[in-house]
Amino acid sequence: MAVRKPPITTREYWAPGHAACAGCGCATALKLATKAFSEAMEEKYGDPNAFAIAQATGCMEVVSAVFPYTAWKVPWVHVAFENAAAAASGVEAAWKKLGRKGKILAIGGDGGTADIGLQALSGMLERRHNVVYLMYDNEAYMNTGIQRSSSTPYGAWTTTSPPGKYSIGEDKPKKWVALIAAAHQIPYVATASIGNPFDFVRKMKKAAKVDGPAFVQVHCTCPTGWKSPLEKGVEIARLAIETGVWPLFEIENGDFFNIKIQAPGGGAKVKREGGKIVAIEFKKPIEEYLKLQGRFKHLFKRPEAIDEMREQIKAMWKVLGVDVTLPKPEE
Amino acid sequence: MPIRTVMKANEAAAWAAKLAKPKVIAAFPITPSTLVPEKISEFVANGELDAEFIKVESEHSAISACVGASAAGVRTFTATASQGLALMHEVIFIAAGMRLPIVVAVGNRALSAPINIWNDWQDSISERDTGWLQFYAENNQEALDLILIAFKVAEDERVLLPAMVGFDAFILTHTVEPVEIPDQEAVDEFLGEYEPKYAYLDPAKPITQGTLAFPAHYMEARYTVWEANENAKKVIDEVFAEFEKRFGRKYQKVEEYRTDDAEIIFVTMGSLAGTVKEYVDHLREQGVRAGAAKLTVYRPFPTEEVRELAKKAKVIALLEKNVTFSVGGALFQDFSRALVNLDERPKVVDFILGLGGRDVTFKDLDEALEIAQKALNGEEFDEVNWIGLRKEIL
Ligand SMILES: Cc1ncc(C[n+]2csc(CCOP(=O)(O)OP(=O)(O)O)c2C)c(N)n1
Ligand code: SF4
Repeated sequence: MAVRKPPITTREYWAPGHAACAGCGCATALKLATKAFSEAMEEKYGDPNAFAIAQATGCMEVVSAVFPYTAWKVPWVHVAFENAAAAASGVEAAWKKLGRKGKILAIGGDGGTADIGLQALSGMLERRHNVVYLMYDNEAYMNTGIQRSSSTPYGAWTTTSPPGKYSIGEDKPKKWVALIAAAHQIPYVATASIGNPFDFVRKMKKAAKVDGPAFVQVHCTCPTGWKSPLEKGVEIARLAIETGVWPLFEIENGDFFNIKIQAPGGGAKVKREGGKIVAIEFKKPIEEYLKLQGRFKHLFKRPEAIDEMREQIKAMWKVLGVDVTLPKPEE
Repeated sequence: MPIRTVMKANEAAAWAAKLAKPKVIAAFPITPSTLVPEKISEFVANGELDAEFIKVESEHSAISACVGASAAGVRTFTATASQGLALMHEVIFIAAGMRLPIVVAVGNRALSAPINIWNDWQDSISERDTGWLQFYAENNQEALDLILIAFKVAEDERVLLPAMVGFDAFILTHTVEPVEIPDQEAVDEFLGEYEPKYAYLDPAKPITQGTLAFPAHYMEARYTVWEANENAKKVIDEVFAEFEKRFGRKYQKVEEYRTDDAEIIFVTMGSLAGTVKEYVDHLREQGVRAGAAKLTVYRPFPTEEVRELAKKAKVIALLEKNVTFSVGGALFQDFSRALVNLDERPKVVDFILGLGGRDVTFKDLDEALEIAQKALNGEEFDEVNWIGLRKEIL
C-alpha cells in the first residue's frame, strides 16, 4: 500500500505542552513556521535543525519558556520586549564568526514589532542580517491583557480602546508593518495567514531560503482577545482573506511596482492585467468576518463605523495597487 | 615586546578590545566614547581585528546584540556612556540575570537634564544594583589593563557575570598619556579563547535561554547573581595577581597611599585618585596626617578591604562624583553598610564634588579637609557636603 508523504514534516520544534490558550491561532502559526523553517534548512543546508530563534516578550514567549520547562526543541533565546531583532542580529553575527551554517528566526508579536520594537527591526533589516523576522499579528497586546497596538484594526474593542459614548473602539487605521519592512528594500517581505496554512508555509520556506533579511507578517487569531469561538480560528482568519480585510501579498527587493497579490478566494472576482491583479470584487461582506468576534460586536449598532472600515480597507488596497469593491450585506 | 606609546583612554579601550579578540562587537557612538567604536572600525577595516562589528541603531540594540551574541557563545564587547548606558539599563539587568560575560567600556559622563557631556560617575553608579562587576580606571593604562582583567574575571566559571570598566570623560577619554600595549601572545596566554560551558545556541544541543521564572524560582536566580558577585571577590584577587605576574602592573581592589599612620583617609575612585594622592603629599609636607585610598573595584563592593582600611583611620572622607538622593553619594551608603557593625569605627564624612565635569582643585579639597578635621576633633559636622557649589547662582 502506498503511504502518502505528509504535506509537511512531522518533526516538532514547538512541542506540545506549551501553555497557550485553547484555540490560540498564534501557537498554530509558530508550529507551522518552525516546521517550514526546518524543511527549508534541510533543503538549503542538508540539516533540518540548522536554525535558532530569538524571541520578543509576549504571549508566545511566556507560554513556551516557563522555567524549568520549555516547549522549544530548537536553540531559543528571549531577551526583552522590543529587541528580538537586535538580539537576533547578535546571534547571527556570532554564528557567522563561529562558522555555523543556518539561519536565525526572530519572532515578535504586533506590539513587539509594530510599536516598541520597530526601531530595532528597522536597524536589523537595514543592516542586512541573515534573519527572518516573523511578526505574529494578533492585533493587540495580548500578554498584558488585550491593550491596543498600532496594528489593532479600526473599530476593534480592546481594554485601552473601549467603545463608549464618545468612542467607537480603536479609532486609528491599522499600521501595515510589512510595507514599512519592504521600504528597506530587503530580499523578501510577505503577509500570510493561518487561514491559508499552505501559503504561509510556502512563504516561510521562501523567507528562510533567501540570503539576507526577510519579513513575514502572519495574521493569527486570538480567541481570548478577539472574543471569538475557540474552534473557529482558522475559519475566522480565512474570512479575513475572503472579505478583503487581510490582503496576502509578497514584495521582493522592495519593488513596490511588482507586488505579488494573491487571489482571495471566497467567490471574489479577480481582474488581471498582464498577469497582475488590478481589481478585486469581493463577494463576502466584511460583516461576515466581524460578526464572529466579540471585539467588533458594538459596531453592529454603529453601521457608519463599518462603512468607515470599508473605506479604510479600500484605501489600503489602493496602496497595493488594487481597486476593490466591498459589498454591503444584503438587507 | 610590549609597545610603549601615548594614547587616549578611548584608544586604550579599543586596543584592549582588539587584544581580547572578541568575536562580536556592537556599538553606537556617544560623547565621550565615540572614538572607541571609530577606532575599532579601523581595526576591523584593516584586518587587524577579525570580528563582526554590528553598527547598531541605538545603545539598546547594541547591548541586545551583545546579549544575543554572548548567548550564542562568543566573546563580546561594547562601549558607551551616560544616556547610552541609561538606554541600555533594561538589558543591563538581563545580561547579568542570564549570566553573560559581556564587557562594556564606559566613558563616565554626567546624565541629563541639563545635558552635560563632562565627567562624573552617575552613569555607571546608577547601574550598581544590576549585578554587573564594576571597575574604575585611574589612568589610561588602567583603562586598558582593567578591560583585559574584566574579560578574565567575567568569563571565570565561578563568576560568569558581565563587567563594566569606567574611565572619566575627557579627563581620561580624550587625554593622551603614556600607555604600554602588551604583547598579543601574552594577552592570548592570559585570556585564552572564550569557551562557554553553559551559554550557547547550538542546534546540536538546543537549550532555552532567557525564560520566565515563577515566584518559585526567580529568587534563586537572583541569589546566584549575588553568589557570583561574592565569588568574584576572590577571583578578582587571583586575576590581579596573575596579571601582575605576567605584565608587572599591580592592582588591588582598594589601593592605599600613605595610610599607615593616617588620621584622615580620603577615599575616591577613577582619575580623581591621582589628584588626591598629590594632595596627600602636599598635606604631609604641612604635617597633616592624611592618607588616600582608591577603589579600583566598586562591584563587588570590597567590604573586607574597606573594613581593614577603616581600622587605620579616625576619619574616612569620601570624595564622590555622584548623588544618591537622601543619602549623599553611593559610596557613603556602601561604606556605612561595611562599617555599621564594627565595635570601633571611624567617622565617615561624605563629599559630593566634581559633578558634570566641574574641576576638583586643591582649594576644594581644603574645604573637605576642614570639615573632616571637625569630625576628627569631635566637633559637629555635616555628614553630606556639596563641595565647590557656586552659591551665588543658586
Ligand atoms: C519595555 C516593556 N514595556 C512593557 C512590557 C510589558 N509587556 C510585555 S508583553 C506586552 C505586550 C505584548 O504584545 P504583543 O507584542 O502584541 O504580543 P502578544 O502578547 O499579543 O503575543 C507588554 C506590553 C515589557 N515587557 N517591556
Ligand atoms: S491570549 Fe491570545 S495570543 Fe495569547 S495565548 Fe491566549 S489565545 Fe494565544
